[in-house]
Amino acid sequence: MKTHTILIADDDYDYLYQMCYHIEDAGFTVIKANSQAEAEAVIGELKPDLALFDLMMENHDSGFVLAYKMKKTYPDVPVIIATAVAGETGLNFGNGNQGGWVKADKYLEKGTSPQVIIEIIKQMLGI
Amino acid sequence: MENLKILVVDDEPGIRMGVHRVLDKFVVDYPFMDDSIGFDVDDASTGEEALEKLNAVTYDIVYLDNKLPGIQGIEVLEHLNKANPATKVIMITSYASLELAVQATKMGAHDFVPKPFTPQDLRSSAENVTKQIFLKRMMQKMYKEGKQIRFQFLSLLSHELKAPLNAIEGYLKIMIEQKEGKDIASYDKMIRRSLDRVKDMRSLIFDLLDLTKIESGELAKKTEDLNLCEVLKNSLSSIQPMAIQKDITLGCNLSYPVIYKADPRDMEIVFNNLLSNAVKYNRQNGSISCAVSDTSTQIEVSISDTGIGMTPEEIDRVFGEFVRIKNENTRNIPGSGLGLAIVKKILDSYNASIRVQSTPGEGSVFTVTFNK
Repeated sequence: MKTHTILIADDDYDYLYQMCYHIEDAGFTVIKANSQAEAEAVIGELKPDLALFDLMMENHDSGFVLAYKMKKTYPDVPVIIATAVAGETGLNFGNGNQGGWVKADKYLEKGTSPQVIIEIIKQMLGI
Repeated sequence: MENLKILVVDDEPGIRMGVHRVLDKFVVDYPFMDDSIGFDVDDASTGEEALEKLNAVTYDIVYLDNKLPGIQGIEVLEHLNKANPATKVIMITSYASLELAVQATKMGAHDFVPKPFTPQDLRSSAENVTKQIFLKRMMQKMYKEGKQIRFQFLSLLSHELKAPLNAIEGYLKIMIEQKEGKDIASYDKMIRRSLDRVKDMRSLIFDLLDLTKIESGELAKKTEDLNLCEVLKNSLSSIQPMAIQKDITLGCNLSYPVIYKADPRDMEIVFNNLLSNAVKYNRQNGSISCAVSDTSTQIEVSISDTGIGMTPEEIDRVFGEFVRIKNENTRNIPGSGLGLAIVKKILDSYNASIRVQSTPGEGSVFTVTFNK
């Protein structure tokens, strides 16, 4: 069976480490990016099977920009945006396409447990 | 230009015309207002007509005669108090009757103009009430903005506090599930990272306490004549261990005393923050230099580093709360994002200023100017 490659971008060193730890543990190949810039470089080089982006990195909308670039380059790659923002600001990002121009397929709270995230990833990859 | 809506209620056509003549082209302008304010004058000849108009349109100011043919001015005032208390009512009164004045004031009339009035009487009453309306609006706006700023601050704060908690919790869960086996040594890196995050969180909380104290003005300043060079020397020795780790040379010439009246705790916070930034954002084998200049009107303290520097856009943001310049170079540098906001607040309280010159990749100079 082919292993799926997941691109994860987050500027919190520990969050990135832990996400990779759990997602690799679940049998995926993970490419880490520590910043929006690094993630953009990865998108330029290869096509992952799914991407998980932090919303706020070096810019407040890094995740949105990455989602946009990913969809422009590879329209079929599912994108998840993980954000700690929703809870605090009361901003509600609609899931699916309700978010309007923001073309991420799913929005997740930053505190979501790794097991749940892995389930969602599997679902989105249809495995 | 914004126009306030005025309604003149008087049965005498001469009075109504008089108000039109004086206020139609009158403009109120104060240096503290962004924009001047003019007036749209409308009129009514009876209390009944006035009520009809007041029900249809919201007026900012009503000039109201008490002696009207049908229902009396006082009744119109009563109605207005219930229907639209924000409308300012100025009574036009022909007999400067004290009794009426008391009654109308009790009912919320804002001011009086005598009848007959001079154009100047009318203009100064309009000016007064406009100033009041303007100030009230400003207060409301500031109150709203204040609430918004507070909300933004709390959102950022809870984000900054949640991130380390999530990280620590994540490591603890890996450990309790013994994902790396039973040997505690396998978790060494996770434990160290958790401790680092705890340390960051503690320094954030301390910075936050500093900031709150400064903002609440709770810290009564205990000012004394301070030798700023002495304070700077103490700060330098407190950052020395950090500097040695990075092989940073500290070059400062602080031989002569420079006296400034300030609270020593404030000056320590300012210099400690600036100097620890100069170390944190410096490169290996870099250098830091301090210079103090003392003229008859000003004292300038500048702290230069040979660090990563900032772009003009980054300089614009750097004194904000929870601002951390995020890029390749700053990723592994710990910080609460409050240090420079604290420095700025303290300096503001001394009417002192701070400016930054910086070149990315070469270094930054922070210069503090104290006025004597």
